[in-house]
Amino acid sequence: MPGSLEYTIWCLATLLEVAVVVSAIGRRCFGRYLCLNLYMLSSLVVSIARYWALSHYGLRSSEYKYCYFYSDAILTIFLYLALITLYLRVFDEMNVDKYVRLAAVALLAGTALFSYGVVQQSSNKMLTGFFFELSQNLYFVGLVLTYVLWGAILKLRETRTQLIQLVLSLGIYFSAFAATFALGNMFPNFQFFGYVVPVFGCLLPLAWAFAFWRLAPDARIAPARLAVVPR
Amino acid sequence: MATLIFLLSSAALLQFFVSYCRSLIAACIKQPLSAEVRDVTGIPSTASAADFARVIQLLDLCPERPEERGRIRAINTYFWLLNVVRATLARAIPSLVAWTDMERGQCTYFAAVTLDRRIAFSRDMLAQQIDV
Repeated sequence: MPGSLEYTIWCLATLLEVAVVVSAIGRRCFGRYLCLNLYMLSSLVVSIARYWALSHYGLRSSEYKYCYFYSDAILTIFLYLALITLYLRVFDEMNVDKYVRLAAVALLAGTALFSYGVVQQSSNKMLTGFFFELSQNLYFVGLVLTYVLWGAILKLRETRTQLIQLVLSLGIYFSAFAATFALGNMFPNFQFFGYVVPVFGCLLPLAWAFAFWRLAPDARIAPARLAVVPR
Repeated sequence: MATLIFLLSSAALLQFFVSYCRSLIAACIKQPLSAEVRDVTGIPSTASAADFARVIQLLDLCPERPEERGRIRAINTYFWLLNVVRATLARAIPSLVAWTDMERGQCTYFAAVTLDRRIAFSRDMLAQQIDV
C-alpha cells in the first residue's frame, strides 16, 4: 500500500483539482474553458475511482492496474482535447475551427494506430499494452502541440494573460512528464520517480487554479514581454 | 532514444518555465508600488537585483497568502537560474549581462509587488480582528 507521503500528495492533487473548478465557477469562466474544467472534474472522478479500487483490491491486484492504466489513457485523451480547445481559442479570429478539429481527430487517430502497431509487434497483453502505449505517445504529441501553440501565441502576439498562463503551465506539465518518463526509461531501478511524477501532477492544477482565481478573464499583457529574445 | 527525448523535453521545460515566469512578472510589472513599500524596501523607481534577497526576507516576515506560495517559489527559482546564467554563460556572451540584470531587477519588482499585497492583506486581517 502507498505510504503517508504518497497519500498526502494524492490528496493535495485532488484538492487542487477541486480548487481549479471552484475558482473557474467563482470567476465565471467555467464555460469559457469548459474542456479544461471537464478534464479537472474527470481527473477528480478518476482519483476517487482509483482510491476505491486501491482500498478494495490492493496495489498489486490486476483490478487496480487495469483501473489505473485505462483511466490514465482516458485522462490523457481528455487533456489532449483540452489542449485542442486552447488551439481553438488562440485561432478563434481566423475562422479555422473546422480545420483544427479535423487535424486534431486525424492526429489522435494516427497516434492510436501507431500505438496499436507498436503493441501488436511486441506484446501479448494487447489491450493494457495499447492503453499504456497510447497514453505515453499522447504525452509526447501533447508536448509537441503545446510547443507549436506557444510559437503561434508569440507569432500572433496574443495578449490574453489567462490564456497565455494556461498554455504555458500545460507546456511545463507535458515537458516535465516527458522528461521524467525518459529519465525513468534510462534508469529503470531509480525509485525517486515514484515521488516525482505525482508532485508534477500537482503543478498543473496549481497553476490553473491561480490563473482562474487571480487573473481577470479580460486581463492583457504586452506580448513583447513574453519573448525571451527581445523584439 | 530515451536520452534524446529527455534532452528535448528538458529544453522545452526550461523554455516554458522561463516564459511562464516572464508572464507572471509581466502581469504585475505595471502595478505601481505604494510609498510605504518603497520606503521599506528602499526601491526608488527601478528595482535592482541587489535588492532581491532583502525583499524576500521582508516577504518572509509577513503572513503568507496560500495562492502566492507557488508563484514566489517559481520566481525564486527563475532568479537563481538567472544568477547561474550570469556567472557562466554571460562570461562568454557579454550581452547577456545586461539582459540578466534587467530580468533580475524585474524579479525584485515582482517580489516588491507581492510584498505590497501581503501588507495590504495583513492590514485587512487586522482590521477584521479589531471589528470582531
